[in-house]
Amino acid sequence: MRRVVITGIGLTTPLANGREASWSRLIEGQSGVGRIDTFDADDLACQIAGQVPWKSGRGGGSEDDPASFDPDAVMSAKERRRIDEFILYGMAAADEAVADSGWTPETDDEKFRTGVLIGSGIGGLSSIADTSIVLHEKGPRKISPFFIPGALINLVSGQVSIKHGFKGPNHAVVTACATGAHAIGDSARLIASGDADVMVAGGTEAAVCRIGIAGFVACRAMSTSYNDAPETASRPYDEGRDGFVMGEGAGILVLEEYEHAKARGAKIYAEVAGYGLSGDAYHITSPDTSGNGGERAMRSALEKSGLSASDIDYVNAHGTSTPAGDETEVRAVERVLGDHAKNVNLSSTKSAIGHLLGAAGAVETAFCALAIRDNVVPPTINLENPSFEAEVNLTPKTAVKREIKAAVSNSFGFGGTNAALVLKQVD
Amino acid sequence: MADVIERVKKIVVERLEVEADKVVEAATFQEDLGADSLDLVELVMAFEEEFAIEIPDEVQEQINSVGDAVKFITERV
Repeated sequence: MRRVVITGIGLTTPLANGREASWSRLIEGQSGVGRIDTFDADDLACQIAGQVPWKSGRGGGSEDDPASFDPDAVMSAKERRRIDEFILYGMAAADEAVADSGWTPETDDEKFRTGVLIGSGIGGLSSIADTSIVLHEKGPRKISPFFIPGALINLVSGQVSIKHGFKGPNHAVVTACATGAHAIGDSARLIASGDADVMVAGGTEAAVCRIGIAGFVACRAMSTSYNDAPETASRPYDEGRDGFVMGEGAGILVLEEYEHAKARGAKIYAEVAGYGLSGDAYHITSPDTSGNGGERAMRSALEKSGLSASDIDYVNAHGTSTPAGDETEVRAVERVLGDHAKNVNLSSTKSAIGHLLGAAGAVETAFCALAIRDNVVPPTINLENPSFEAEVNLTPKTAVKREIKAAVSNSFGFGGTNAALVLKQVD
Repeated sequence: MADVIERVKKIVVERLEVEADKVVEAATFQEDLGADSLDLVELVMAFEEEFAIEIPDEVQEQINSVGDAVKFITERV
């Protein structure tokens, strides 16, 4: 089987635009969650979100912060009018990941062997909502010809391929909050099976809009008690947790066949060693209370990786800060790790950035790769009083320096879809 | 007429992100100004909005240049 490694990472998150700024702010224990400032949220039960900080000032960004997001650096104002923001964030993170990898295919064959697989949980939700108002108020002749290509989920992969000339497999995943993890896992399989040598893979989301928040509030899934203290709202495992906080942004990785990467002297963050998938067959929004679905995904990923439970040092949990899901997942992790659980750090980085839905799994897999690079575990911020006793170290509040040779990233989505990835250090 | 020309040019420059001096009456949208079929649809919608007129689909197909647009709009407003 061909081995697959990570050679490029791009991140656009509520903490910062850019890989290193997002990562260092995460390790410092900062929060990217604030009051929603892009639309009127006063009549919504949840008025907070993890918004990408823009240079324009939105989302808590500023002109003076070099890590604030500059949309002009990604595409022109004309092009931006024609796409939903989930595509914009995906393009930004893909640009960074591709530049980071140093991979620029020149020959036809190199282009044919480089593919793109970027997903989104919801896609152009905000555009769909806005356009339906235009349809209602002004009629069908006023619908933009760019509405459909600006809202379709696979158009991120399409746009990235057009911009960079990647002519290999062009694909997209839609599995709600497991999208990013499935995109990376499926891409790794495409490389392992020989369909491509390089894949630009990940997830992107921009569902922080009125209909997006209202919809998840209706599912009774969101935090509603911390509108006046947004930074403290996402608090996985804490007794005060009351639901997830939505985040936006993108995480994109460049995955590459190991010999291909080695031959061109590419920097290697980590190996995508294992990938496991499962379905709960239980409920449309609630995770199976037994945790069996997540457990089977983890066991499958571990088996594929050739590692044993005792090789795992860090688990980046799905941990969304919902009352039911958090403990169920930790128990499943502990069953998989067995006696080794006490030696393992687990954290939920959603505590700092909120839940990026379809981008979450990709951003979190990127965090795992950076954790392996720097031998540091990002913290679960806001974890003051755990609501249950755990064998694993839940890594409260501050980052932990320790050797990380292998890490697991879990992602679970509505519909009962589960994915787990195992990353390991490459010597 | 002069007013229509200026307003059409302004919309074309803005929508197609092209240099103002390239937007002459003889310039064709697709060959000279780099528009694709979706750009043209959007451009016609912008003309309709700006001049509060309706440009039927069969007429849209005949508007290939800046001059064509100016001529049609001038006849209507």
